[in-house]
Amino acid sequence: MYTWHWDQVPQYFPLIGAATLRTLQVSVVSIVFGTLLGAVAGLMRVQPFRPARFLAASYVELLRNIPLMLVLYLIYFGLGAFLPISPFWASVVGLSVFEGAYVAEIVRAGIQSVDRGQMEAARSLGMSWLQSMRHVIVPQAVRRSLPPLTGQFVSLVKDSSLASLVSYEELMLVGRQINSRIFSPFEVFLTIGGIYFAICLTLSLLSRWQEARLQGP
Amino acid sequence: MVRIRGVSRRFRGGHYGVRGVTLDVERGETLVIMGPSGSGKSTFLRCVNGLETLDEGEIIIDGMRVDHRTTDWNKIREEVGMVFQGFHLFPNRTALMNLVLPQRVVRHRPAAEADRNARMLLERVGLGGKESRFPAELSGGEKQRVAIARALAMEPEVLLLDEPTSALDPEMRGEVLAVLRDLAGTCTMLVVTHEMSFACNVATRIWVFDEGRLVEDGPPSQVTGNPRSDRARAFFRAVR
Repeated sequence: MYTWHWDQVPQYFPLIGAATLRTLQVSVVSIVFGTLLGAVAGLMRVQPFRPARFLAASYVELLRNIPLMLVLYLIYFGLGAFLPISPFWASVVGLSVFEGAYVAEIVRAGIQSVDRGQMEAARSLGMSWLQSMRHVIVPQAVRRSLPPLTGQFVSLVKDSSLASLVSYEELMLVGRQINSRIFSPFEVFLTIGGIYFAICLTLSLLSRWQEARLQGP
Repeated sequence: MVRIRGVSRRFRGGHYGVRGVTLDVERGETLVIMGPSGSGKSTFLRCVNGLETLDEGEIIIDGMRVDHRTTDWNKIREEVGMVFQGFHLFPNRTALMNLVLPQRVVRHRPAAEADRNARMLLERVGLGGKESRFPAELSGGEKQRVAIARALAMEPEVLLLDEPTSALDPEMRGEVLAVLRDLAGTCTMLVVTHEMSFACNVATRIWVFDEGRLVEDGPPSQVTGNPRSDRARAFFRAVR
């Protein structure tokens, strides 16, 4: 019979709070960089210049077909052997590069879902490819990409738990440390699970609200 | 105004969409292009503003030579407007903004001027009061009139219209054709259409395409009344 020790948890709240902040930090920074990277790669996949298209496709396929943990190890232990890289930045680089590949696919799908006639109409009015993208295609694509993009951000927050493997002291790592002191896995990990859940749910609700706001006729 | 010399466009598999078309269009002409489906009318029109690449031949618009390697298509397209069968309005922008956006982006007009221009043009196509409607809130005929006004906002030298009334029911066709009738003479128009009465009453010349070739070129009365080719004779007997 399992004996609950919830009373053991509150003393670690300051520690858990700090770890939550670090999880948020690494997630937000990675979301920003991952989205930028993904947007660039996604645009490269739909532009007319073939070599750039190939480059972007290679990046996407490579990163989508290896585990994130391996990417993090390559950066932290591999690159880390040559240049000093902190656990935080190793995690940010790993997460951004990894998630960027998925964002690129979302961006590509979003752009390709916009009717071809839109590009033809914009070009017929004398807009360049870039102008057509910026003023006509991308605004329509963004609206459609928002739901899958949020899904990807939620994934990233959860994936950030792997940063614990390169000794970044985020929620998961701190959870393990606390558990090894008080041996109450359910209490500790349920607490941490609750925090992840709250972050991700907030993110989903935020996007749903924004989606509704963008839903013009 | 527009000089077309031996233009061909091949499709995958080697068959021709457009085959060795040579033509001249004078300024201010209203040219109606007719012919059965798949005869290359639309492909030809799309060649004129570079939505299709030319495999052979050349097009000279207002002194600017159009061939694929060296042409600044953006420059050409500023002078050549296009109206599509499916309207292709920007769905996320109001009727007014559909007209304002290209003026701002391409012509770099100040906001106030673009706005004034857009309102005037919407008025001209009979859509005064509907400036703030989104495309989804407009009828097909209204959408097409916005699309025409949008093309006109760029003050093109040549206006291409690819079956502008084919997606509309008869009632709405009338309102769009009325707008085109008003436009006739004020700018050079190339219109692909099946509207016989429009062709007969408004066109300065009618071209008939068949299997990618130009088979008739002449004034409406001659082309529709006394066509030279058997193909055109059969076509007009069928559409009449």
